[in-house]
Order: sequence, then C-alpha cells, then structure tokens
Amino acid sequence: MRGYFGRKTAIAAALLASTGIAQAEDVEVLHWWTSGGEASALNVLKEDLVTKEIGWIDMPVAGGGGEAAMTTLRARVTAGDAPTAVQMLGFDIQDWAAEGQLANLDTVAAEEGWDAVVPVALQAFSKFDGNWVAAPVNVHSTNWVWANKAILDELGIAQPADWDAFVATMQKVKDSGKTALAHGGQPWQEATMFDGVVLSVGGVEFYRKAFIDLDPEALGSDQMVEVFNRMGTLRSFVDDNFSGRDWNLASAMVINGDAAFQIMGDWAKGEFLKAGKVPGTDFLCFRVPGTQGNVSFNSDQFAMFAQVDPAAQAAQGEMARAIMSPGFQSAFNVVKGSVPARTDVPNDAFDACGKQAMAELAEASANGTLVGSIAHGHANRAAVKNAIYDVVTANFNGEYDAATAAQNLVNAVEAAQ
Amino acid sequence: MANHSSGVDFRTGLQEWIPKLVLSPSLAAMLVFVYGFIAFTIFLSFTDSKMLPSYDLVGLENYARLWNLSSWWVAVVNLFIFASLYILICTVIGLMLAIFLDQKIRGEGILRPIYLYPMALSFIVTGTAWKWILDPGIGIENSMHLWGWTSFQFNWIKDRDMAIYTVVIAAVWQTSGFVMAMFLAGLRGIDNEILKAAQIDGASNFSLYRRIVIPLLRPAFLSAFVILAHLAVKSYDLIIALTGGGPGRATELPATFMYSYTFTRNSMGIGAASAVIMLMTIAAIMTPYLYAELKEKT
Amino acid sequence: MAMAGQDTAVRTGRITRLFIYGILLVFALFYLMPLFVVIANSLKPLSEITGGNMMALPGVWTIEPWRQAWSVAQIGVEPTGLRPYFLNSILMVVPAVAISTVLGALNGYVLTKWSFRGDRIIFGLLLFSCFIPFQIVLIPMATVLGKIGLAGSIPGLILVHVVYGIGFSTLYFRNYYASFPTELVRAAMIDGAGFFRIFWRIMLPVSGPIIVVTVIWQFTNIWNDFLFGASFGGQTQPMTVALNNLVQSSTGVKEYNVHFAGAILAALPTLIVYIVAGRFFVRGLMAGSVKG
Repeated sequence: MRGYFGRKTAIAAALLASTGIAQAEDVEVLHWWTSGGEASALNVLKEDLVTKEIGWIDMPVAGGGGEAAMTTLRARVTAGDAPTAVQMLGFDIQDWAAEGQLANLDTVAAEEGWDAVVPVALQAFSKFDGNWVAAPVNVHSTNWVWANKAILDELGIAQPADWDAFVATMQKVKDSGKTALAHGGQPWQEATMFDGVVLSVGGVEFYRKAFIDLDPEALGSDQMVEVFNRMGTLRSFVDDNFSGRDWNLASAMVINGDAAFQIMGDWAKGEFLKAGKVPGTDFLCFRVPGTQGNVSFNSDQFAMFAQVDPAAQAAQGEMARAIMSPGFQSAFNVVKGSVPARTDVPNDAFDACGKQAMAELAEASANGTLVGSIAHGHANRAAVKNAIYDVVTANFNGEYDAATAAQNLVNAVEAAQ
Repeated sequence: MANHSSGVDFRTGLQEWIPKLVLSPSLAAMLVFVYGFIAFTIFLSFTDSKMLPSYDLVGLENYARLWNLSSWWVAVVNLFIFASLYILICTVIGLMLAIFLDQKIRGEGILRPIYLYPMALSFIVTGTAWKWILDPGIGIENSMHLWGWTSFQFNWIKDRDMAIYTVVIAAVWQTSGFVMAMFLAGLRGIDNEILKAAQIDGASNFSLYRRIVIPLLRPAFLSAFVILAHLAVKSYDLIIALTGGGPGRATELPATFMYSYTFTRNSMGIGAASAVIMLMTIAAIMTPYLYAELKEKT
Repeated sequence: MAMAGQDTAVRTGRITRLFIYGILLVFALFYLMPLFVVIANSLKPLSEITGGNMMALPGVWTIEPWRQAWSVAQIGVEPTGLRPYFLNSILMVVPAVAISTVLGALNGYVLTKWSFRGDRIIFGLLLFSCFIPFQIVLIPMATVLGKIGLAGSIPGLILVHVVYGIGFSTLYFRNYYASFPTELVRAAMIDGAGFFRIFWRIMLPVSGPIIVVTVIWQFTNIWNDFLFGASFGGQTQPMTVALNNLVQSSTGVKEYNVHFAGAILAALPTLIVYIVAGRFFVRGLMAGSVKG
C-alpha cells in the first residue's frame, strides 16, 4: 500500500515540479476557489493564459471565506515574496493599495475601456487614488431568497411581494409543520440575512447612512430597532437546530423539501443546480421581499501586486486583460452562479436566475441602488464589519433584544473605528 | 537521580566546551525564534499596527481597548473553564483507563491503539464528524430518537451556555488516550514487590492505589500536566472546526481571539496585546512548575 | 528499560473484572465513534448524506469518494486530488523529524551528563518555548525566512518545524537520560572516551524507546500542521494544506463524502505510525519521559 502511494506520488510530484518552476512569464495566483465548480471555472482563465504562453502557478489556500488566504498573503508579502495576483474582497484591496503594494493597471484599463463597462460601485474597490489596481471577476449579490416551489404550490402560496407578505407566507409554512426558513447559525450567514433586512426596512438611503457613512444617529435609530425586530421575526421561523450549520446544509433543506426558504447569496444556486434542480420549475429565486430594485453586492477581484521585472509586468497585464474579457467573464460566472463584473456581457449562456440577476445589476447600477454588502466586507473595513457581526449574531442568538442591539451597534461600531 | 555534577573532574580543555558548542545552535535558534519573536510581539502591542506591523508607539492603548472588549473577557473565562475541565477530565479518564488496562486485560493490544489513534488525526476533519455527532438534528440525539428514546436530549452545542463543554468533550476524546499511555507507562514502571508487600499487609485494592500507586505516579502527573496545559492554551483548530466560536461568540478562546484580531480584523496591535497577556499567564502558571521540577533534580 | 511489570500484582474478583471490561469497551466505542462517522460517510453517495442520514451505515456502498479524493478532486485549478501533495509532506516531515530528534538527543545528553552552570535555566527556556502560540510568530518568521531566502520552500518549512520541535524533543530525551546511570558515563570518561564517542557507544544504543516516542510526537505534529504549511510552503504545499483546500470552501458545493475520504488518506501515515509503533510508544514513555 505504501509503496504504491510512494511511487505514484513521486512521479506526479516530479511532473508538478517541472511545470512549477517560476519564470518571468509566469503568473502566481493566490486564491481560495478550491471547490469543484469554482476551480474548474478558474481553469478557464488558466487555459486562456496558456494560449498566450503565460504559465500559471497555482497557490490555493481555502478556509474562512478567504481568511486563511489573507493570512498566507501577509506572510508572503512580509517575506518579500508577493504572488502576482491575489483573489481579494472589497476593502482588503484598498488596504493593500494603501500599503503601496499593488501594481498600476491604468494602461490595460485604458486600452480595454474598463471605465465604461464596470459599474461605478465596483470601481470604488478596483481603483485606488483613481488608478486601477485590481481586475474584478464577478459580482455576487446577497439579498436573494431561494424557495422550494413544490412547497409553495402545495400550500397555494404566491411569491411574496413585500415584507408583510413574506412574514405571512412563512407563517403559513410554519403552520403546515415544515420549517419556514432554512438558516445556518454562523455569524456571516446571519449578517448575510441582515443585508437584505436592512434594505427592506430603509432602502438604500438608510443603508448608506447607517452602514457606509456609519452615522451614529442612523445606527441607533428607530429604523435600526425595526431591523433587529425583523431579524427577530426571521429567528422565529428558523428551526431549533440552526446553530453552527453550514449554509449548504441549509440549502439542502430547501432542496429536499424540508424547508421553504433560504436567504443567501447567489452562490446557493450552485447547490440547487448540483442537485439537478431547475430554476423556475423546482426552485424560485427572488429578491428579499421589500428590496426589489436594490442590490447588495460583493465582488471577487484579482488584486495585482507590483512586479519589478518588465516581463512579469507584461504577463500580469495580460492576465488582467484576460480576466476582463467578455468570454471569460461569461464562462466563469455561468459556472460560479454570480454575474459578470462588466455590464456589457451577453446573457445567452446564463439560466433564468442568472439573466434576472444580470438585468437587476445593470438597473441598480444605473439607478444608484447598488450597495456594497455589509456581511461580505463591501460596506466597511474588516474591524467594523466584524464588530457588526458581533452585534447581529449576539442579537440573533437571543443575547439581547432589538433596542439594546441598536444601542450596542452604535458602541461597537464606534469602538472598532 | 543525583547525577548532576557528574564527570566534572575528568574534563579536559576540549571536553569543556564541546557540550556547550553542541547545545549552542538550539539555544541560538531559541533565543531568536522564540524569545526574539516574543520581544517583537511585546513591541507590537505598544504600536498602532493594523494590517502590517507599524512602528508608531501608542503606549498602553491596545491593552485598554482589549480589556474593554466583552469578547476578550468571554475568551479568557472560556479558557479557564476549558483548560481546567480538559486537564482534569483527561487526567481522570487517562488514569482510570491505564489502571484498568493494567489488570492483565485480554485484547490490550487492540484497545490501546483504539484509545491512542485520535491523537494522530488533525481536527480539520474530525471536527466535522464531531460537529455532526453533537448536532441534535442529525447526531446522537436524532439516533436515540430513532431508536425509540424520544425524550433523550443532547443539544449543548446549540446552547450558548453549554457549548464550551462540547468543546471539552471533543478535546478529551483527542488526548485522553495519550494521557492513558503516559500513566500506563508509569504503572508498568512500578516495582511489583512494593505492591505485593502492601497486599500482604492486607491493604485493599482501592487503598493500594490511593496510598501507594498514585503517589508513585507523580512524575507522570507532571508530564501529563505540561502536555495538556500546552495543548489547552494552543487549542485553535478544535474551536474553528467544531463551533467556529459560536453559537454567537460563546466559545471563543484566547487563541482564536488573537488570530481573529491579528489577521482577520486587521487590528494587529490588539492581537499582539492579547498574545502578551496569554504568554504572561502561561509564564505565571509554568514558572512555579518548572522551578519545582528542576530544583528537585539537583 | 525492561518490561518490569507487564502483569500487576493486584488481584481482582470476577464482578470487578466484568465491570472493568465494560468500562474499557464503552470507552473504546467512544473513541471509535467519530472514526465510524468519517468512514461510513466516506463510503456513501453524497445524496445519502445531505438526505440526512449522517449517522447511518451506507445504503449504497461506493469507493468513488476515495478515488475522487486521491486522484480526481479539484485542489486548486488542477484536478489532481491529494496525490501530488503526499510527497511534499514526506520531503518536509522526514528531515524535520530527523533533525529535531538528533538535536533533542544531543541536548538531552548535554543537559544531563555534561551539566554546567546555568544548564537548568537553559532547559527552562527550551521548555517554555513549547508554549509559544504559533499564530504570533507568523509575521516575524516570515520576515526572517524572507531575509535568508528560504521563504516558500521546503527547507524553510523544515527550519520552522525543527525550531519549534526542539523544545519537546529535548524534554523527552532529557527526562529519559536523567534516569540513565551516570556511573557508566563516568567510567567511559576515565577510559578516555570523548563526548561523541560516549554518546554514540553508550547513550544511543539504549535510546530506542525514547527515539520512538519523539519520532511519533514530532511526526504527528509536523504532519498535521496547517498554519506554517500554508504560510511558508509556497508552491510546495504540504498535505494538510491540500486537504484543507479540499474540505474548506465557503461558497462552493461541499462533497462531504470526498472530504471524509480525503481526511483518512491524509491521516494514513500518522495512523500507521500510531498502530505500528504504538506498542513501543508505551514502552518508550515507560522507560523515560514519565519518570522524573
């Protein structure tokens, strides 16, 4: 047994080593897209670069939604050995740019006309001091509800149009003996629901004031108390067993017909598709009731770290160009469940939910109702984001009531700034 | 064991410095990579470091902020609960299993590796298995219900006040077998003549163990304590895999707190301050032990 | 170091023995339970797991998850499975264990048989180093590795593991050698034997059991390390990093059966070490480390 292992690995590793030697025309990519679908989506980019004779050195580090990769990155940068491109979210890009570590992509951006096709709300993260430093790959949005159509049909429930209808619908499901809302009790999942609830209470204006400008008055307002009240309402529709559950097991509850709804970002679609479900027939996707027209987003981007060698710079530029090509944007996002980061990509390859998401993104971008997700680090820096997590989670788990939560939110946000 | 000043008379010039030369690489590595880094961390705790180290001093501000954070208090209290229960239960179970296994048990050769193997596995995935077992909806509680015991309830992992105890269960699972091996080794090292003599004097089995055997195991207790204490303080994977610090933040430990502030919340200064407090606590507990342990050998 | 008391002098009655066997079996089940969950779920199709039967035996038995984990599953962009990472781990573990064991043996020898002023303080310093939380050394270690050009390489990883392994290996050897009769060392000195000659001829031949203990301990810790491997491994990521990439995914589909199969594959070397060397392990502990 061991001999078998040894020989096979030796050969495989030798092959790996021979292709893994860094050359100037290689790009080294640190990312956390390691699950089957995501990784094969990224492979599209790799293959594309290979045709341009640019080698790909893979550096995957999964865990904690990129937390492990960010720790690795810090070790690599400290050791003076930064990768070429790093998958990054929101404010992390700005923080690394502020440290002076990122490359300037303005030449490529100008040639390709990125300014015209990327939503301005995204550019806020991809640019630092007016210069492009990162290439956005996708846009996820978080204010989605995923519903089991069979349950709704059986109970004769229509897709709820506003918050009150949503609550009434969930009550009906609960009365029927099924779980109304599938939820996994992890801070980030609670915060993901929080995104949608905040929008449902006060729309983008309140959202911006409270969570982007961090206005203490808005944070402690009656509207915020109402937000926490609604979180309490959601809590009452969750089964007893929610704590610690992975989000995909919550999705499985909806897929298997044990629960009617899940509030989760669009990556949940992958679970439904993987289980052989068809959008519109087996499951429904719609915005959190009361947030139609608003989109809370997060965007995966490749931040480009400054290179000294001109050949490495050229390879990096090519990579940025390839990421932003409509072909890759479409191919990648069809698999990933998200939508392209540029708004001019044809939607032919996308399914019904994907087409809807693309249309809504373009619309929200045009109307100025596209806001960064609180839960996924596109509204605030890490310290504030986690402070918000603390309060949302503590409230959701019954540590204190809505009024106290609003007050604690003001304090926690202030302390974290 | 009074062997300390052995061989002094026989050393020649060369023999005098060879031992020190042999020891010096380890010592140098230790001074740089452990004590140098601790000094660096202490320095960081007085700076306003956020994402990367910064060199702007801010005095004691990080410590003040740290002690104002309720989650830090939770983490500290949890460590005390966790460490004391973990060390105590592992020691009790380890000692009990060792004494039982020492009774000429058939199948000892099979039982011993079964008790020991958890130490070989990393928590990256056994954590998931534990999470499922402890989950009332899919784990033990559910199985008991399926077997007809419907009133059975075991939902600690979902309970803010009880979740830390489920962490203890999983941690005990991992290391109590190892502690058993240490005690078993200690038991096997005890001279049977002593026991026989005591039995002739009419001592019962219970008093035999209480009066004679357990006191003789003192070195094993001390070694077990060092190993368990260091594992308790460093417990990180366990929390991440089992509860992720939840429900809410109810099972944070200083190690997860420190990691989260240093690396995911970009507050390296506060993270460093928490590390310094952790190290001071360890030093406060370990120094008397080390002192006693080393003094005895003279 | 002989097996002095394989059988104890304690006599027990029949009921007591039944009770003892009962307790031992209950604990065996307790220890085996997670392994059962891991193995049972690694042999089912994913639909059975998400269907909610996580504690049950497979309805349909399949070894497909094992094949997936070993050679097909996506680790990064390449669908290589865990296979290629195995060698990386071996290349890192073997030298790191060997070097830290040799250093531990030499240190233990010096500290017990060639004692000098301040040796106890040095031992105290070494022992305290076992307690340093690895999270805090990450950034300074990265700086040092970058400066000496070992960042992102196997030699760098070996250095890190040796440095943080010396504390425990020294502890084990020191306690073991402390109970070794110093008279023999002294007699050899009178005969004119030097430092290394005594170590080679007298100490090493009796060190078998404690070498086993140290090797098992170091092997397990280094093999299972994730933090250093992910931070300093560069392109030569060890097995645990690959396993982590396999099982951790925040927004991807979770194939629990493949994860569990991968977990066992990644743990096989340590499991084999424990099962094969387990008997010597207790013997080694007995002979040394738990004695004062």
